[in-house]
Amino acid sequence: MDFTFNDEQSLIRDQVEQFIQRDYDWETRQSFISSDLGFSADNWKTFAELGWLGISLSEESGGFGGTAIDTMIVMEEFGKGLVLEPFLETVVMSSGLIDMAGSPEQKKDILSEVVEGRMQLALAYAEPQSRFNLSDVMTEAKKEGDNFVLNGFKSVVMNGPNAHQIIVSARTSGDQRDEKGISLFIVDAKSSGLSLRDYQTVDNRRASELTLESVTVPTSSLIGELNQGLKVLESSIDRSILAISAEAVGAMEVLYKTTVEYTKTREQFGTPIGKFQVLQHRMVDMFMEYEQCKSLLYMATMKHDESSPDAKKAISGLKYQVGNASKFIGQQAVQLHGGMGVTDELNVGHYFKRLTTIGTIFGNSDHHLKRYTAI
Amino acid sequence: MDLSFSKEDLDFRQDVVDFLDNNYPDDIKERQDKRLPLDKEQNIRWQKILSNQGWFAVNWPEEYSGTPELTLTQKYILQNVLAEYNTPVQLPFGVGMCGPVIYTFGTDKQKEQHLPSILNSDVWWCQGYSEPGSGSDLASLKMRADKEGDHYLINGSKTWTTLAQHADWIFCLVRTETTSIKQEGISFLLVDMKTPGIEVQPIITVDGSHEVNMVFFDNVEVSCENLIGEEGQGWNIAKFLLQHERSGIAGISSLKRELSRLRDLSATTIVDDGNLLDDPSFRAKIEQTEIELTATEFTELRTLAAMSSGGSPGAEASILKIKGTELQQTISELFVEMLGYYAHPFFTENELGSNESIGPEYAGPVMPLYLNRRKVSIYGGSNEIQRNVISKAILGL
Repeated sequence: MDFTFNDEQSLIRDQVEQFIQRDYDWETRQSFISSDLGFSADNWKTFAELGWLGISLSEESGGFGGTAIDTMIVMEEFGKGLVLEPFLETVVMSSGLIDMAGSPEQKKDILSEVVEGRMQLALAYAEPQSRFNLSDVMTEAKKEGDNFVLNGFKSVVMNGPNAHQIIVSARTSGDQRDEKGISLFIVDAKSSGLSLRDYQTVDNRRASELTLESVTVPTSSLIGELNQGLKVLESSIDRSILAISAEAVGAMEVLYKTTVEYTKTREQFGTPIGKFQVLQHRMVDMFMEYEQCKSLLYMATMKHDESSPDAKKAISGLKYQVGNASKFIGQQAVQLHGGMGVTDELNVGHYFKRLTTIGTIFGNSDHHLKRYTAI
Repeated sequence: MDLSFSKEDLDFRQDVVDFLDNNYPDDIKERQDKRLPLDKEQNIRWQKILSNQGWFAVNWPEEYSGTPELTLTQKYILQNVLAEYNTPVQLPFGVGMCGPVIYTFGTDKQKEQHLPSILNSDVWWCQGYSEPGSGSDLASLKMRADKEGDHYLINGSKTWTTLAQHADWIFCLVRTETTSIKQEGISFLLVDMKTPGIEVQPIITVDGSHEVNMVFFDNVEVSCENLIGEEGQGWNIAKFLLQHERSGIAGISSLKRELSRLRDLSATTIVDDGNLLDDPSFRAKIEQTEIELTATEFTELRTLAAMSSGGSPGAEASILKIKGTELQQTISELFVEMLGYYAHPFFTENELGSNESIGPEYAGPVMPLYLNRRKVSIYGGSNEIQRNVISKAILGL
């Protein structure tokens, strides 16, 4: 057993850490939010130059053969900086899926563009009625000659506004919630019949409602086998849970440390409020929640990379814990900062908001407790 | 001990229902039903409607309100029916806070000047308590009021001042003397917001709204006639007022309405081939919240009953503050949980009014409310401070 990073991994961590400290100060980050993209195109270029965009892709896809551990390292540092750039959406969720199941042509056409920083992707898996059930799919794809024709609606597609290509889960056979009969398609965002309603989300990221009206794609847009998409989708989401949990752990670390520092300097009743035992114990609990999440994160990520038979269960256990801890740490960081904690000006509220959405994305604690029990 | 309503009580209930059926304005109802904030004019208009009926300053003695005081049961019924109709929550600063201070501690002249305009909602009040360096430790406040002849000269700043952007007057705690016991040098002063030297600066909160403000005072001249009570009596007045604030803060009847709405909407929220209300873990949270809410409702009723037979709301009011605010937060959190991904699209208040919603019709204001409600365990004396009050005053620790 070994919980240390190897030399290459330490190097990546130092590199990302330096980037956050040097190029991602709070004012700069805030200026990205109101820009057209919602993040920095220059930063994205930097990510490509530093090789981060290919970090988790296999070498045959033009990546660097990284593991979920490598992705975890990057995402944890991103969580500390509350990075807005859609690394999760483009690299982890979407490219990871194509890397896993795509045809050689799809890998060549799309992944090399992603690695070079020229292409943004999104994964459209949720529907208004589906909640967290990946197999609840009403969007349909019908074979017509050499094409598939897609009709349906996808909700809260993260990074939808900036995606050049969108991966869509659609039903090609069976009933609404059947596990079999789901297929995955790569759809050009400019396709006729495809429309997006774009908006900002509460964590200052971007998403879209996606409507598909007789969108025609060639059969070569199918990712993997017909009717067998759920398995691929599920494993892509599982890897994404590991990544977003790493982001959460990074954000939790910043929040508990910021809170501890604040209570050392904020004086009331003639003493720093950090001297009050009731607040000390609260912060101890925040710290312990963070440590517990980190332990589950390491465990589940290693199990995933070792293809352990209980990796799925470990991932649901992790997401359950991360959901609960995100809420507790976020809420208490705000509470202990008092009025300042609820201002838009202070970074604490922004970390709190991102931890709030992370609690829901890919399924909340209730959902993953059920999945954990069922596996 | 008896929980039933008399025939008179039931008649009163019918009166309230009839009144609301005929007098609750459509435009206000529409904003309320969509969970959108009211503008200043709408707030004032609604308060005037209640006031004309004698149902606005229900806690004021008849001498000042001009209408016979309702019984405890009638107040309970009124609150509940108002909440069932989802009418606007009363803004407490004038009628709930400044009014009682003036009729309890003020001079005849002050009563004459201010009470009628509070009763008619002609003057909008805000509260100048917290300062950047004085939050939980309110008594450490530094804003100075130095006596110069017939007026005070005020210098300093107040923060978290709710809706100061609309206010005509502010009631302030100021330091008139530097004393070894910091509470003894505090005085209670009324200030016209139009006085030269006052500047209001917005604070934007995590939900993107402008509700609270910083208020700066730079050599602001205030007549000594605006002092309430004696110099140095401000802290006792503040304590009196905090107890009033706490006993009204729980807002139990609105929470009952919110919880029943949560229950109804969760039954329409699809989960696989069923709905969210049938989901055992979500259902359990709703039922647990209902039990806690019922307990808090009856704790409030017991406290009010003790008050109406001559007691004053003491540290028991802290229980209501803690439980009431925790319930507000829990319920807003369950709404977020119910929405799943559709809690994430985010629009400002203005956008919400003019845009079609994303996801279920009720989705838009849900996340902003959750974020906004983080403040309720902080303001009005943080819940940590309230627990200190209970531990000292009730448990004797």
